[in-house]
Amino acid sequence: MTNYNLAKNYLDEEKTEWKPMRDGAGIGIAELGGEKENVVVLAADTAGSSRAKYFAEKFPARFIQCGVQEQNMVGVSAGLAYQGKVPYAITYAAFLVGRPWEPIRTTIAYPQNHVIFVSSHAGLATGPDGPTHQMTEDISIMRCLPNFTVIAPCDYEQARKAVKAAYDLKGPVYIRNAREKTPVFTTEDSPYEAGKAQVLREGKDITAIGHGYMVYWLLKIAEELKDRISIEVINLHTIKPLDEQAIIESAKKTGRVFTCEDHNVVGGMGSAVAELLSQKYPVPMKLHGVYDIFAESGSVKDLWKKYKLDEEGTKEALLEFLNKSK
Amino acid sequence: MPTPSDSKIKELEKKANNIREDLVKMLIESGSGHSAGPLGQADIFTVFYFHVLKHDPQNPMWPERDRLILDVGHCVPIRYVAMAHAGYFPKKELMTLRKIGSRIEGHPNYLRMPALETTSGPLGEGLSQACGFAMAARMDGTDLDYHIWCIGSDGEQQEGMTWEAAMFAAKYRLSNLTYIIDRNNIQIDGYTEDIMPLEPLREKYEAFGWHVMEMNGHDMREIISTLEESKSIQEKPVLIIANTTPGKGIEFIENRFGWHGVPPGAGPEDVVPKEEQAKRALEELRTLRGRIEAEHD
Ligand SMILES: Cc1ncc(C[n+]2csc(CCOP(=O)(O)OP(=O)(O)O)c2C)c(N)n1
Ligand SMILES: [Mg+2]
Repeated sequence: MTNYNLAKNYLDEEKTEWKPMRDGAGIGIAELGGEKENVVVLAADTAGSSRAKYFAEKFPARFIQCGVQEQNMVGVSAGLAYQGKVPYAITYAAFLVGRPWEPIRTTIAYPQNHVIFVSSHAGLATGPDGPTHQMTEDISIMRCLPNFTVIAPCDYEQARKAVKAAYDLKGPVYIRNAREKTPVFTTEDSPYEAGKAQVLREGKDITAIGHGYMVYWLLKIAEELKDRISIEVINLHTIKPLDEQAIIESAKKTGRVFTCEDHNVVGGMGSAVAELLSQKYPVPMKLHGVYDIFAESGSVKDLWKKYKLDEEGTKEALLEFLNKSK
Repeated sequence: MPTPSDSKIKELEKKANNIREDLVKMLIESGSGHSAGPLGQADIFTVFYFHVLKHDPQNPMWPERDRLILDVGHCVPIRYVAMAHAGYFPKKELMTLRKIGSRIEGHPNYLRMPALETTSGPLGEGLSQACGFAMAARMDGTDLDYHIWCIGSDGEQQEGMTWEAAMFAAKYRLSNLTYIIDRNNIQIDGYTEDIMPLEPLREKYEAFGWHVMEMNGHDMREIISTLEESKSIQEKPVLIIANTTPGKGIEFIENRFGWHGVPPGAGPEDVVPKEEQAKRALEELRTLRGRIEAEHD
């Protein structure tokens, strides 16, 4: 089994540091800017909060402030890419990929332009701004676009690596980040390869697949329940292209698959896994996440609790599925 | 409408100040939310809910009410406070801003409070909807019964959709529509003219076929007369450029874009440290209240 070099004592929540993925992504892009001269960053009046500012401060000549113009930002990114630049377009998920979806389809996805979309404010982990800003459909609308790679890092450190890995991929990439602080359980030394699912914990009774911060809950749940049930935990950070082999292998071993995500269950990562398994290796599945609703304003903690996306809610859903699929 | 008396103007000024105080208390309690834009729009909202708007808080969906559409959704806290003062809902509910289960969410949610008329937050989507309201009124033959008001921001002039709607309103001569732009010169990342210049804004709208007016968004008399006059313009949609001071009433917030999206207690510390911001903000508004009352005597 791969050594993932997870943080020391990562299962102890008290000892685990919490930092926002958007910070990791912003810092990673600024670091990359020092290595690669054709990296250009575009912002749409949220350079501060979506962390494009780290790059902007270091490389002002390669920073483009578009103002509140997401559609224009997409078109300009495409033009830059045609000319050999590697544009990173950064803002809140709803506005980054929701607002200008068709221009992304035509000017970026179809001609396979190598543009990297880096979001903040994905999921209910956006908090009190409410449903207009809590983007819970971004994976659905991005993974249905041909040629796109879709990545949802599990924490700050992984976000930092993912934005760099995206530079070496071909074609367009979407990287999804949460606004809120979440546990940092991987480390600088943890390996990262886009497209390769990470089996963070081996098990034999059930496969639990997550992306984003919910992978951390899964690790804790697996530890807590280890005397009752052996849970295999997979961090499916790359949702497209799917690591089919890893998922099928695990399904063969455990015979049932639970997925969870801070995203609509319609069209999300769980759907991607179901599309694969239903055709190549059908097993009982449970898709946990945001159940096709718009949530509401509230603190992230309150939202997690009410919509069952916290550790407790996730555990409940998993146990219910276990009982039903016995 | 007759010109308002001096005492009416004073009454509105006092009301606006009370509304600012409640706004600040609400933002402090919430611990999250926008300060600068809402404070700058306090006078305009006060004039709307306490003088110009045709509405009935006891019958919020009265078919003949004026429709007030808030394009710039993040400024909704000031609307909530004005509505609570006008009697739409209990003032104590203001303390639930942005909390789970609340009707008054971070951005306007029409389903939880239909009197908000629309759901908004993503910028630049309001004027198109206002055009739809105006077209429906015309189709129903009710365009003389009530007026459509839309409040937008300068930041959202950068969105293409705003200009699509601007063309549309002119084509259909939507004179039952008045669009007010809160020209406060700030957006999130800086001053509008640095981030993505808008000027000459007036000439742009005129070239698009609009009748354009301007007003000082803190002068009660001027707000009233400009809004009233806008209703009498025929054959063209009307834009009112409302020149305002973001953060109006609290000196350490005024004109600083760093205060766009944070409440007192979480703002930039260039003038007042975080832990003193709440107290200082309320003190400044109390002083203002004293001044308005003294002038009134
Ligand atoms: C489509 C869209 N893009 C981005 C945002 C994030 N955002 C919120 S307010 C704002 C700009 C603020 O400028 P303005 O509208 O003038 O508001 P003010 O700061 O004056 O209150 C931005 C970019 C948004 N709400 N909607
Ligand atoms: Mg503004």
